Amino acid sequence: MIFKKFKQDAKGFIFEGITLLSALIIIAILVVMLVVIVKGGKSMFTWEFLSTFPTEGMTKGGIFPAIFGTALLVIIMSIAAVPFGTITAIYLTEYAKENSFIARSIRFAVRTLAVIPSIIYGLFGLGFFIKFVGTGMDSIFTGGQLKWGQPNILWASLTMALLTLPVVIVSVEEALKTIPRDLREASLALGATKWQTIRKVVLPGSYSGIMTGTILAVSRGAGEVAPILFTGAAYYLATLPHSLSDQFMVLGYHIYIMSTQSANVDQTLPIQFGTTLVLLLLTFSLNFTAIILRYRIRKKRIA
Amino acid sequence: MDNFKKIKDLFKNKKPNPADKIDITRKRFRWSDFIAEKIIKSVAFLSITIIILIFIFVFRESFPIFNFAKKEKPKTEQVSNTQEQYGVETTAPEKQEQYGVEETTAPEKQEQYGVQTTEDTTKGESFTPQEVTESGSTTDNNKSALKTLPTKVWQPVSDNPRYGLLPLLIGTIKITLISLLFAGPLAILAALYTSVFAPKRLKELIKPTIEMLAGVPSVVIGFFALMVMATFLQNLFGYDVRLNSFVGGIAMGLAAIPIIYTITEDALTAVPKTYYEASLALGASKWQTAFFVILPAATPGIFAAILLGIGRVFGETMIALMATGNAAMMGLNPFESVRTLAATIGAEMAEVVFGDTHYNVLFLIGSMLFIFTFAINAIAEFWVKGKLMKKIQGK
Repeated sequence: MIFKKFKQDAKGFIFEGITLLSALIIIAILVVMLVVIVKGGKSMFTWEFLSTFPTEGMTKGGIFPAIFGTALLVIIMSIAAVPFGTITAIYLTEYAKENSFIARSIRFAVRTLAVIPSIIYGLFGLGFFIKFVGTGMDSIFTGGQLKWGQPNILWASLTMALLTLPVVIVSVEEALKTIPRDLREASLALGATKWQTIRKVVLPGSYSGIMTGTILAVSRGAGEVAPILFTGAAYYLATLPHSLSDQFMVLGYHIYIMSTQSANVDQTLPIQFGTTLVLLLLTFSLNFTAIILRYRIRKKRIA
Repeated sequence: MDNFKKIKDLFKNKKPNPADKIDITRKRFRWSDFIAEKIIKSVAFLSITIIILIFIFVFRESFPIFNFAKKEKPKTEQVSNTQEQYGVETTAPEKQEQYGVEETTAPEKQEQYGVQTTEDTTKGESFTPQEVTESGSTTDNNKSALKTLPTKVWQPVSDNPRYGLLPLLIGTIKITLISLLFAGPLAILAALYTSVFAPKRLKELIKPTIEMLAGVPSVVIGFFALMVMATFLQNLFGYDVRLNSFVGGIAMGLAAIPIIYTITEDALTAVPKTYYEASLALGASKWQTAFFVILPAATPGIFAAILLGIGRVFGETMIALMATGNAAMMGLNPFESVRTLAATIGAEMAEVVFGDTHYNVLFLIGSMLFIFTFAINAIAEFWVKGKLMKKIQGK
């Protein structure tokens, strides 16, 4: 009897151990990845690296244009994605009846948008924005001269905005749900209309949710490369983009290009690690902020 | 608007819908409210519109392949048109300067992938800057291209271009299998640990850490796989080709782990507490309960998690581009280089001539990916969720 008990315990120990081990393996891989990248890139992590242009055929110098391009990309992207995402979330929580056909199909569409491979967005950006909208704009505004019908930062940002739209919608929706029903009803009872209630009561209460959504979207957009491969990212540019119809450099694309397509991969290894470190720091700090914000929202909901 | 109608209906002694009881007391009609509601409603349909647009536009560009017989004339016209337009692009001096650097590196590119010299010429050719096929014969090209689709050779840039999708398909499936075999068990077991075994404080530490993996951009995972993991795994297993489907599969597994983990965790936590308690009360130990009661109860959710993991791996581009070696080969050996569908689009779209057959074939691959992920999501959404609800509610 005692022996049987012991056997049971041992079995339990082993099975529990396996599950713990799997969790630890995943964490270990993550830690190794971070350590390797930080170790490889920390010597490059200087102000000079961050603030200068690449020189000597990109074998030396900094990554300033890539940082600038990434920043510009995510800013234009947020301007496009955040309002639309927020409004969709407002519709889903405030107007649509739960489980109505429309609400269900919108939710399904949002989830589908979230799982469509990013390369498909790139194809869509090429086929729709560049070839359809861009070429159409050219024939109207510039009389057939090529200005908008080619890859540029505007189309890249809009493509990225589509990709990050579901991220915004989900975060804002979650935040809107934390606002108590009583507040809405109190506002309506005082004679405010539905739109006034949304504008004066619901939206101010969900600013942190909108912030979370924006930050998560920015973090996602800064790291994705596939959608901008052929909608606007450039290999090397001697100048910063100064209009919406210019191409631009991006951190992620820089890493990809430098590590697979460049002439001397070994020589530029420190630059590659440095760029990866910068990108990783950027996305991680953004994600971390979002996690903290979200944690605070959840706490508010419980309270 | 509809309030008015309802009130009118009331006066006409029609039976009011009991669900609209508050509406009678509502205030008078306001334009600002009306407009706001309409705008919000129409914007909300945007996500549906986008899906439909993606559907239309990705298919539109791949359509000419099947359309060669009809509308021959407008097609050729269109092609010459676009060629003219893009002619401007290539002759612009600025443009050439930009790509100047890239062109000089082209021969080096071959050298870099030259590790896999044993793998025939397919590879080398596909990376050379490509020659334009004559626009006049596009329809003929389409005709022959359609015939080569189910063959075994992917050789889009040559005198006799062949667009055999089989090696790409096999490569993609191979990588998906490898990454699932790696990521699936790890993620599911880890989810089991955090949802059943882990003490609360440890859970709050492990869960966000694993979810942090989701925040790592895929290009960073690809870079890590290319620079560090490939060498490490080669030393460990001693195979010949440094970049192969095994390395790529493991790297993609890293991208799939957070997805599988999160959804499995949710499914496991959603299993009612009564299951757990009933099992313990019947004398089962904790691990027996975990493996034989909670895990089976959450099967549909885990299935959905794996499906979405497949979707992620299937469409992953950057990791495939960087860590799989990118050679379109048919073999089943996991230590050979492969080329996935998504990576093919990513690698070749930039060099292709707009409106060309090759361009259309790449869009066709895109449509295939789109349909596949759409179907996977639909299955995960409707079928699995319905099943899960039934199971948990005990109907």
